[in-house]
Amino acid sequence: MFDFQLFTTALFGWPLAQGAMLTIALSVAVMVVSLAFGTLLAIVSGSDNRFARWSAAAYVWLFRGAPALLVLLFVWNGLPQLSAIFREHWFTPFVAAFSAFTLIQVAYLTEILRGAFAAVGRGQKEGAAALGFHPWQTFFLITLPQALRIAVPALINEFISLLKTTSLATVISLKELMTITQFAISASFRFLEWYGAALVYYMAMVSVLTFAQIHIERYLARGHH
Amino acid sequence: MQISPHVTAASPTHAITLTRVSKWYGTFQVLHDVDLNVAKSSRVVICGPSGSGKSTLIRCVNRLEAHQKGTIIVNGVELGDQLKRIDQVRSDVGMVFQHFNLFPHLTVLENCTIAQRWVRKRSAKEANEMAMSLLERVRIPEKAHFYPGQLSGGQQQRVAIARALCMNPSIMLFDEPTSALDPEMVKEVLDTMVRLAEDGMTMVCVTHEMGFARQVASEVVFMDGGQIIERNTPQELFSRPTHERTKRFLNNLLH
Repeated sequence: MFDFQLFTTALFGWPLAQGAMLTIALSVAVMVVSLAFGTLLAIVSGSDNRFARWSAAAYVWLFRGAPALLVLLFVWNGLPQLSAIFREHWFTPFVAAFSAFTLIQVAYLTEILRGAFAAVGRGQKEGAAALGFHPWQTFFLITLPQALRIAVPALINEFISLLKTTSLATVISLKELMTITQFAISASFRFLEWYGAALVYYMAMVSVLTFAQIHIERYLARGHH
Repeated sequence: MQISPHVTAASPTHAITLTRVSKWYGTFQVLHDVDLNVAKSSRVVICGPSGSGKSTLIRCVNRLEAHQKGTIIVNGVELGDQLKRIDQVRSDVGMVFQHFNLFPHLTVLENCTIAQRWVRKRSAKEANEMAMSLLERVRIPEKAHFYPGQLSGGQQQRVAIARALCMNPSIMLFDEPTSALDPEMVKEVLDTMVRLAEDGMTMVCVTHEMGFARQVASEVVFMDGGQIIERNTPQELFSRPTHERTKRFLNNLLH
């Protein structure tokens, strides 16, 4: 039987809300840092330096190939074996999960951004250069805004995917949404209500992102008809 | 800036001096020892068959392409790898492209102000006033708040001319400015260029618009195979071309 009252208690109770906040914090932190490094790596991927290009390609190859769960466990269990630094207090499940997911996310975002940068025509760079822009000005004022317009749907898609992937951190006991749900279930043996409440949280978060996507796309599409 | 000995070599009346300029794409030589002087306030039209190197030549003048041999001196500054000199030359040379190269994510006004703000470091007010006065000069001020994508090709090209002029260049380069336009829009762009010529702007223009050349050019240069085959006043070159290749090209253009 589905206990509706337990469901609403689970849904509006503190534990799941806290778990969801941790999920959001982790996802946002990973996404922001990955965007910065992904942009950097995407620029490197398009550079004339062959060694730099190959290094970027090797990175993407490795972290797109490795399963997220494996990277997560490698970081959490493997790194402490490698060095005492990772056996200290600061190396919490949050730090480990953040590191692991960032390593992976950077690889995916690099691929998306590399394609988007390449899609902004050469004429744009030449137009900017002829006006006296320096390369970095051209990048931030001309290339990046246009590349983002192209990349936004794929970037939000990656963000949604990441949001759900963070649930893997339950295996290293990070107290995110799924871990809290499992705790509650092991105490109450009520599956449907807790899973149901967790599902509502995930759906709500993804809905907000979808809504944001529509508005960001509309904003970036100005001038394109 | 360090004064290069080449500075004195350029005549003060010359805006652009090219001396034995050569350029290769891989093993293919696009420019062969090109010599060209462009006097201040003169209008030079460069024509020639496609692949003759005429676009490459003017793209070397503001260093969108690097030449490998010879010297290019623009307003007394010799172009090389030094970024400072490239900046100096680009700040003096405006360019208009075949495909306009307007920034599609910015309005017409923003297209005209962004370089003023970031390169010239002008205030927003100053940049806006300059942009509006030049949009008026190319007769399109009413489109200031439109995006390039909402404009016709001819309108976009006029905005591109205004955008370049906002930087107060002393030389304007035109790389086939009407080639991508529908026939009915060619005139509005050419008219804008004629007015610019009448105001005494130094212009180097790659174009096949012979009517324009006849009307404003102080000199027409015919290029083929990466070389300047002949150069003369438009009247002389069009009525009495001396080289067989020039004759053939002009004939093909007329028929």
